[in-house]
Amino acid sequence: MQNTLAHLKRGERAIITDVSSIHIPLKLLEMGCLPGNSVELVQVAPFQDPMYLNINGSHLAIRKETASHILIEKVAHE
Amino acid sequence: MSKQINVALIGNPNTGKTSVFNALTGLNQKVGNYPGITVEKKQGICKLPRGVKAHIIDLPGTYSLNASSLDENVVIELLLNKKDKDFPDIAVVVTDVENLKRNLLLFTQIKDLEIPTVLVINMADRMRYKGISLDIGYLEEKLNTKIALVSTRKNEGIDKLKQLISNYKEVSITPCIDTAQIDVDYFGNLKKAFPNQLLYKLWLVITQDVNFGKTDRNEIDPVADFKTKSKGDLKRLQQKETIKRYQFINNALDEGQTIDLSQAKDLRIKLDRILTHKVWGYVIFGVILLTIFQAIYDWSSVPMDLIDGLFASLSEWTKTQLPQGAFTNLLAEGIIPGLGGIVIFIPQIAFLFLFIAVLEESGYMSRVVFLMDRIMRRFGLSGKSIVPLISGTACAIPAIMATRNIESWKERLITILVTPFTTCSARLPVYLIIIALVIPEGRILGLSYQALTLMMLYLIGFGTAIISAYILNKILKIKSKTFFVVEMPNYKLPLFKNVALTVIEKTKSFVFGAGKIILAISIVLWFLASYGPGEEFNDAENIIKTEYVSENISSEDLQQKIASYKLEHSFIGIAGHAIEPAIRPLGYDWKIGIAIVCSFAAREVFVGTLATIYSVGSDQEETIKNRMAGEINPVLGGPLFTFASGISLLLFYAFAMQCMSTLAIVKKETNSWKWPILQLVIMTAFAYIVALIAFQFLK
Repeated sequence: MQNTLAHLKRGERAIITDVSSIHIPLKLLEMGCLPGNSVELVQVAPFQDPMYLNINGSHLAIRKETASHILIEKVAHE
Repeated sequence: MSKQINVALIGNPNTGKTSVFNALTGLNQKVGNYPGITVEKKQGICKLPRGVKAHIIDLPGTYSLNASSLDENVVIELLLNKKDKDFPDIAVVVTDVENLKRNLLLFTQIKDLEIPTVLVINMADRMRYKGISLDIGYLEEKLNTKIALVSTRKNEGIDKLKQLISNYKEVSITPCIDTAQIDVDYFGNLKKAFPNQLLYKLWLVITQDVNFGKTDRNEIDPVADFKTKSKGDLKRLQQKETIKRYQFINNALDEGQTIDLSQAKDLRIKLDRILTHKVWGYVIFGVILLTIFQAIYDWSSVPMDLIDGLFASLSEWTKTQLPQGAFTNLLAEGIIPGLGGIVIFIPQIAFLFLFIAVLEESGYMSRVVFLMDRIMRRFGLSGKSIVPLISGTACAIPAIMATRNIESWKERLITILVTPFTTCSARLPVYLIIIALVIPEGRILGLSYQALTLMMLYLIGFGTAIISAYILNKILKIKSKTFFVVEMPNYKLPLFKNVALTVIEKTKSFVFGAGKIILAISIVLWFLASYGPGEEFNDAENIIKTEYVSENISSEDLQQKIASYKLEHSFIGIAGHAIEPAIRPLGYDWKIGIAIVCSFAAREVFVGTLATIYSVGSDQEETIKNRMAGEINPVLGGPLFTFASGISLLLFYAFAMQCMSTLAIVKKETNSWKWPILQLVIMTAFAYIVALIAFQFLK
């Protein structure tokens, strides 16, 4: 199964692998949500939604729905 | 005479662009609107070395030139139109040192329009805390620009920036990336079809048309031999473009910027752990709101009493010092009490704007957006609706404009429709005076009953907004894509200068905007109350004298009786009596009726109207509050303002749509008369019914 950003847990890190879904707004890409960049889940609101992310140094919040279109690869804890 | 240099300040939101603008222009700034749209236009004058002046325009914050809202569209419209009188001689792109990478995206786009561009790296004072060091020389070379390292907090780097602006002719216009490289075939064809145009400009025009529908741009007509692509393909190209831009930026920053994470002291993480916590986050938000309301109440009571007394004395003084006559009466009974009714609320409104400015400036507002999104969505709103709903407590007009960054049209429309329920500052005067009349003093747990009542009214307004949103969400059949991206900016100590300027600007526009209407209405009212048709008005003195001729009545009482008889038979009295049957079941008399009718121009007129009506014919020096307390209910006897009629009036004002300016804004933002008319009818009918029930139950 493909891992998506919606599966990320608090404090976990991952690398974005694919953002080609048309459900991802251009604005999100412009804010740095691009393949190869790292992403960390900083905080979640109740029900894991929305998600407060740190994408490559950019701090932003998106809804879980959007996050489920962003494919990732989890990074093991150092 | 030397020419003014046109400067455009451009930057992402939360980069301190406005601080830079304030630092450059100080008080030499004015805020207006772009013609035809309600986007705020800020401009100012900055004095440069050697007597040159720069005309600075602070463009709305935007993340990129791919505009997705009206505000952002202003930026691109200006930059694409060389004939615009504001077209910049130089663009100043403001970036935040901590988000340099992301902020540079916009910079590369503006460079590619071949406009001379300099770069401001703002908040340089934070570099030390974040372990960031920059090689400015290297970056200037890689990015083909000049850089000013600025700290508006410490007032550093502004002189350097001024110097860069005055040397605008030497600034490079070399683009950052070669647009043709994004897709060789596509852009090759485009170039062939429009050989004289800048490729990136063409590309922007094409993609903007995708976002906005066909806009009228004469420069680029569709040419038969050039086939554009499908929406999906264009979007893919935009993705490719974005990736290319980041490659360029990374290439420059890899060596130009080093970040030593071990040096970074992160206040953000610590604060966010509490402020966005699943439980504590909400508790803290509640406490903050409660504190704000208590503070507004406590802090402003002293200056308000002072102003109230001052205007009463001023009225009295005018009457005794100026020669008697119609003009003196107009001044003393019409204009001064009318203006007093608005000036008295300056303290409260200023405090309200102050708190909202601090919440926004500190970065806390975004955390509230994050906390509330899930809850708001259940009601058909977006987390971003919280900003209009909170700033709606100041004024619904800017609040409705603030809905522009809500991405989904349905969520945005619902927010626009329900925002007027939130307690705006124009309702505050009405609430305060009525609360003071009908709610007893006293405290519970350190909070006064009066403050708690006010808080309740705010909650009722907010609650009604939420519930109506829920209903609208079920009724409205609108399909729109919902997505939600919100930046979580760093926490910042609000800059005194920024907050002060916001408070002054907003309060000024409230007072002058409302002041004009109130002045006009109070003059008209005074005439209507001072003159009347027919025998009964003109012969009032004789009629009353004959009526009371047998009774032993002091001349003072007699004068009072004549005055009130005259008022009842003046134009306004006749109009008031005509509407009285409709409002009597709510517990109001015809004077309140007049005040309510006038309130449809703007709510804050209420107090001024009552002040004007009550002061016509009265000789005593009285504050507005005492006059209202002295009013007698014509039917039931006893004071007019009782607990029942007071509550009924409070609820009427809480729900009724009584603001022409808001209706005008809603028309503009929704581009249809349907929505404002629905708002007017439904809200007012609802207000009537609730007020009716309240009075009948409580009386």
